[in-house]
Amino acid sequence: MQLTLEGVTKRVGAAMHLYPLDFALQPHAVTVLLGATQAGKTTLMRLMAGLDVPSQGRVLVDGDNVTGRPVRERNVAMVYQQFINYPSLRVADNIASPLKLRGGLDRATIDQRVRELAAKLHIDPFLDRLPAELSGGQQQRVALARALAKEAPLMLLDEPLVNLDYKLREELREELSALFASGDSTVVYATTEPTEALLLGGYTAVLDAGELLQYGPTAEVFHRPQSLRVARAFSDPPINLLAGSVVSSGIQLAAEVPLAVPLAAAKTLADVTERSVTVGIRAGALRVQAQPGDVALTGRVELAEISGSDTFVHVAAAVGPLVAQLTGVHYFELGAAISLYLDPAQLYVFDARGALLIAPAFPGAR
Amino acid sequence: MNEARFRWRTLFLLGYLLFALLPIYWMVNMSFKTNQEILASFTLLPQQFTLANYATIFTDASWYSGYINSLIYVAINMVISIAVALPAAYAFSRYSFIGDKHVFFWLLTNRMTPPAVFLLPFFQLYTTLGLMDTHIAVALAHLVFNVPLAVWILEGFMSGIPREIDETAYIDGYSFPRFFFTIFLPLIKSGVGVAAFFCFMFSWVELLLARTLTSVDAKPIVSVMTRTVSASGMDWAVLAAAGTLTILPGAVVIWFVRHYIAKGFAMGRV
Repeated sequence: MQLTLEGVTKRVGAAMHLYPLDFALQPHAVTVLLGATQAGKTTLMRLMAGLDVPSQGRVLVDGDNVTGRPVRERNVAMVYQQFINYPSLRVADNIASPLKLRGGLDRATIDQRVRELAAKLHIDPFLDRLPAELSGGQQQRVALARALAKEAPLMLLDEPLVNLDYKLREELREELSALFASGDSTVVYATTEPTEALLLGGYTAVLDAGELLQYGPTAEVFHRPQSLRVARAFSDPPINLLAGSVVSSGIQLAAEVPLAVPLAAAKTLADVTERSVTVGIRAGALRVQAQPGDVALTGRVELAEISGSDTFVHVAAAVGPLVAQLTGVHYFELGAAISLYLDPAQLYVFDARGALLIAPAFPGAR
Repeated sequence: MNEARFRWRTLFLLGYLLFALLPIYWMVNMSFKTNQEILASFTLLPQQFTLANYATIFTDASWYSGYINSLIYVAINMVISIAVALPAAYAFSRYSFIGDKHVFFWLLTNRMTPPAVFLLPFFQLYTTLGLMDTHIAVALAHLVFNVPLAVWILEGFMSGIPREIDETAYIDGYSFPRFFFTIFLPLIKSGVGVAAFFCFMFSWVELLLARTLTSVDAKPIVSVMTRTVSASGMDWAVLAAAGTLTILPGAVVIWFVRHYIAKGFAMGRV
């Protein structure tokens, strides 16, 4: 199914929830809507589903104008952040309800389909229970099963895993990826977490403050953010941003730290008219062991957070505050002097208006 | 110290309970006595236990028809109130429309008006329409007070149900009536119970409108009870028996909705 939004906006009262956007969804693939809360993910999703009518613009399904057509007459499935099931129906009836309403299916077929889905989502022992008797994770599985039962060409998931605990979230995300891959539906998946977008793969649309900033294959959006805003939104931990200026040898950061840039990038810089740029360094690109060609950034340790297998070091560097993500558990004394090393090839450079000038090469780049 | 406080609390509560139940006890006590005993002596328990007072009520048509009339218009009123309030409450809880808050408040203000204010217009209107002394007349008059209350209670319960359930149902392909009756109504059944209970309570005890709008055919029990003064004096014992019987339906209804009412309190309404 091909879903296209043309010049769609959404205004509620005086507040603009979505600025005009054009969006052609990649058919038969997973599209991740990535953005912070209030970015407009849910608004956009509700317009796609037909739960809300856009203030302006058109929604097309396979070239057919469906703007304003009620959701009942469209073929979509949706899973919410809250665990939404019919509380008065048994789990089996919950899953079966879209099948029953569609008509034309006999009892045995519906029964078999419900059993298949329940087995796939590991809720087959609970088919005779009411949703309220299940745990949160199981309730969300019921909601997912009901959405999958519909076999709708468009499936919308609005932060479906947010209300689950960490372990369940990982487990269910893996299962979802497998389910999406085996299905033929166009899937839209909203999330606030950049890591989730990367894990799901497919395509990513970055939203910020009601604007669609960039849409493309997830890896490409991640490695080549078109603008500073995209880089900021698609970075966890947050990308380090430093002010710099273009000089003949490359870029110079504050405190006179020179950064040599790779040759290809240097050509791009030669065309830049404005001298001031913003340098972006992903937290993972900083390391404590120097390698040949690295630039050293010195400073003092302000905070070291150990999260499982990673250590996040907050450093007050001469060039500005930096956060480094180090693999493994490292212990740092607060206030101790530290040198962080950076391969200049890992730099992102944005011009004064925030547009991308230089991005590191990434495997599979076009 | 702690023990002393516990004892005081127990004593206080027992005292309160006694205070609250004494009038009811006295009425029940009187209903099993004869008029003579009531007037002649002070007794805590009936000396000559008799069911004659109840027998009078259950055999004399002028008495028992009062109960039947009351039950009829209360039942009509409850059914209409809930049937009208359900869609109204759904609209208030799910849609925003111009002036929704004002209309909601205006509905509630009806409830704040004393029934006597509506007495004259109702009397005049029903006389003109020939509705005087019918069950439906009283039922309709009570709607002015019960519909706002029912809307208010039901709106509270409905707003406690996430809107996403409605949307999921539409996405799944439910038609509105089917969704409303098979999915939504079971979720707010306790709210319907509570709303019906409050309609019952108001309509059952309301005296002024019920008495004025009826004369013979639809005369309610509350009005029958006021005519026990006769040439031979006051018929205290029968009056007490009638009063006891008036409490019973309310007690039965409360018994059925007691859990729901607790839920209603928890949901911020009632």
